[in-house]
Amino acid sequence: MRKLSWFNTVTLSLGFAFLYLPILILIIFSFNESKLVTVWSGFSVKWYGELFKNEAFLEAAWVTLRVGIISSTLATVLGTMAAFVLVRAGKFLGRTLFSGMIYAPLVMPEVITGLSLLLLFISIGVDRGLMTIILAHATFSMCYVCVVVSSRMSQFDESLDEAALDLGCTRLDAFFSVTLPIIAPAVISGWLLSFTLSLDDLVIASFTAGPSATTLPMQIFSSVKLGVSPEINALSTILIGLVTLGVISASLSTKRVKTRKNLH
Amino acid sequence: MNHTKPLTPHHFAPWQDGTSKPLISFSNVSKTYGDFSAIDNVDLKIYPKEFFALLGPSGCGKTTLMRMLAGFEEASTGTIEIDGHNMKGVPANKRPVNMMFQSYALFPHLSVADNLAFGLKRSKMPKSEIDGRVEEMLRLVQLTKFAKRKPHQLSGGQKQRVALARALAKSPKLLLLDEPLGALDKKLRQETQFELVDIQEKTETTFVIVTHDQEEAMTMATRIAVMDHGKLMQVGTPDEIYEAPNSTYIADFIGDISIISGHVQDIENERATIIWDESQTPIRGSFERNVTKGTQAHFAIRPEKIQISKTEPSQGYNKIFGQVEDIAYTGNMSTYFVRLPNQKLITSQMVNDRRISQRSITWEDHVWLSWHDEAGIILAK
Repeated sequence: MRKLSWFNTVTLSLGFAFLYLPILILIIFSFNESKLVTVWSGFSVKWYGELFKNEAFLEAAWVTLRVGIISSTLATVLGTMAAFVLVRAGKFLGRTLFSGMIYAPLVMPEVITGLSLLLLFISIGVDRGLMTIILAHATFSMCYVCVVVSSRMSQFDESLDEAALDLGCTRLDAFFSVTLPIIAPAVISGWLLSFTLSLDDLVIASFTAGPSATTLPMQIFSSVKLGVSPEINALSTILIGLVTLGVISASLSTKRVKTRKNLH
Repeated sequence: MNHTKPLTPHHFAPWQDGTSKPLISFSNVSKTYGDFSAIDNVDLKIYPKEFFALLGPSGCGKTTLMRMLAGFEEASTGTIEIDGHNMKGVPANKRPVNMMFQSYALFPHLSVADNLAFGLKRSKMPKSEIDGRVEEMLRLVQLTKFAKRKPHQLSGGQKQRVALARALAKSPKLLLLDEPLGALDKKLRQETQFELVDIQEKTETTFVIVTHDQEEAMTMATRIAVMDHGKLMQVGTPDEIYEAPNSTYIADFIGDISIISGHVQDIENERATIIWDESQTPIRGSFERNVTKGTQAHFAIRPEKIQISKTEPSQGYNKIFGQVEDIAYTGNMSTYFVRLPNQKLITSQMVNDRRISQRSITWEDHVWLSWHDEAGIILAK
C-alpha cells in the first residue's frame, strides 16, 4: 500500500468532506436532544421514538415499502427478459434501436419521465395511486436491471444452455434450472438496485402519485416545507442506512461471482 | 503415429458389409449461411459401435456436421437419419443423442453427482434408480470420491471425465464428442485417448468425435472422415487414409509426406511409371484409380518408407540421388532432408538402431534414396 503525498491527502479529504459532511451532520443531529435542529444539547434517541408514533410517516413508509418491493420485482422480471433477448437473440431486425431504447431512460431527466407517465395515466383514465407509482418505478428501474443482467449474460457460456437442452430440458426448463441459477447474483443485485432507486425517488413519484398514496420521500419533502424537525433527521438517517445496505449488498453479490470465477 | 490400436478388433468393419444397417445416415446434406456453404452435399453412413472421427482444419465444417446430429443446427437441404428416423424438426432434447462439449459445459452451481443426475431426472427413469446409475457412472470414470465436489474444485482432467460421464449417463445411442481432449496437456491427452476407447468399448456406444488433431483421430477411430471446405475429402480407416490417400490434400494433411509431380509414361501390371526429371530414373508404383496414361500425376511417399544410403542401389527405378542438407535428430529417429539436383527437398526417416557416433551419413554427403514398389502411391490430383 502506497503512502499518499500531503497534496493527495488534502484533495481526497476535501472531496470526501464535500460529499459526506452534510450527511454526517444530518446523522449527528438526528441524535440531538434539542428540538432546535441547529443547536446541540446532548445525545438522545427520542426523535426516533417520536418518529414511530407519527402516523403519517408510518403510513408513507408502508407505501414506500410496498412500492419498492412490487416495482423492483416487476422491473427485475422485465429487465432480465430484455437482457436475455439483447444478449441471446443475435442480430435481429431493430436490435440496435431496441438496445438504445432500453438504455435511454437511464439518462432521461426524471421530470420528463414523470411528466410523460402522468400524461399517459391521465389519457387512459387510470386513477393515480399506489398502482401508478409502482408502474412508473418499474419502468425506469428495469433499465438498470437490464444493464446489470446483460453484462453478466454476455459472459455466460452458451454451451451450458445447449448442454441442458441436450440432456433433455425444454427451453423453459433450461432457463430455470441452468441459466437463472448461474445469473442469479446479477438478478439479485439488479433487484436491490431497483429497490434502492424506488426508495429514494421523489420526482417521478410526485408526478404519478395520487392523493391516496404518499411515499416517504414525498412526505419528508412536504414536511420540510413547514420547517425541518429533528424527526426528519432521524427518518433520513434510517433511509441512508437502508440505501447503503442495498448498494453494498448489490455490489457484494456481483463481486462474489467475480471471485468465484477467478477460482476456475 | 507410434501408437497401435490394441482395442479395435480387426474384424469390425460393418461399412464393408452390405447388410448392416447404419445408425446415422446423411444423404445429400448441405448447409448454407447466405452465400457461404458450410456443408456441401455430404453423403455419409456411420454404423453402430463405430468410433468415427471427423477430422479437418478449423472452419472445415466438422463442427457444423456434429451440431446437426445434436439438433443445434438444421440442414438446409438433404436428410439426416438417426436409427432409421428422419431428424428433421426433432429438437435436441428429443434425440437419442448426447454431446460432450468442448468447454465441458459442466453446470457450475451443481455438484458432480447432480451434474450426472441432471439428464436422468429429465428422463423417464424412476427416482430410485437414478442414484444407482450416478454411482455406476462415477465408477466408470473413477470419480467416486469426487461426487460432492463442485466443478470449479476439479482439475482439467477430472472435469473432462465428468463431462464424459454426464453425456453417457442416459445411455445414448450416439455420443458426440467435440474436441474432447483439446483442453488437456499432452501427456494427459495420450492417456485419455486409451481411456476413451476403453469406455467406448465397455458401453458399446457409437462415438462421433470432432478433432483437428490427426494423431488423435488415427489412434482412436475405427474410421476417419477428412473434411475441407464443407466437403468430405476421404472416408476410410486410419491405415487407408495414411497408406492410400485419394489425393495429395489428404496425403499432405495426415503426417509428413514428400510429393513428386511428373508425367505418367506407362501403366501395366498394376504399376504406373512416372517420368519426372531427365537426370533421374523413373518412379514406378501402385496408383489410385483416377490415374491415366499420358497425364500429370503426383507420387506421394512417407519419410519412413524411404531408405537412405551412400552407395547406389542396384534397382533400375525408384531411386534418386541428392545431397544431405540437414539432419534432425529426435532420439529414436533421424530425419534426413535431402536436396535433389532440381532443388526439390525430400525427407527420409530412419530408426536409429545404432549409436549416433557410428552413423555413417552426415551433412553434405551425396546419398541415394530408394524404396520398393509398394512404398508410395501415385495420385491423380
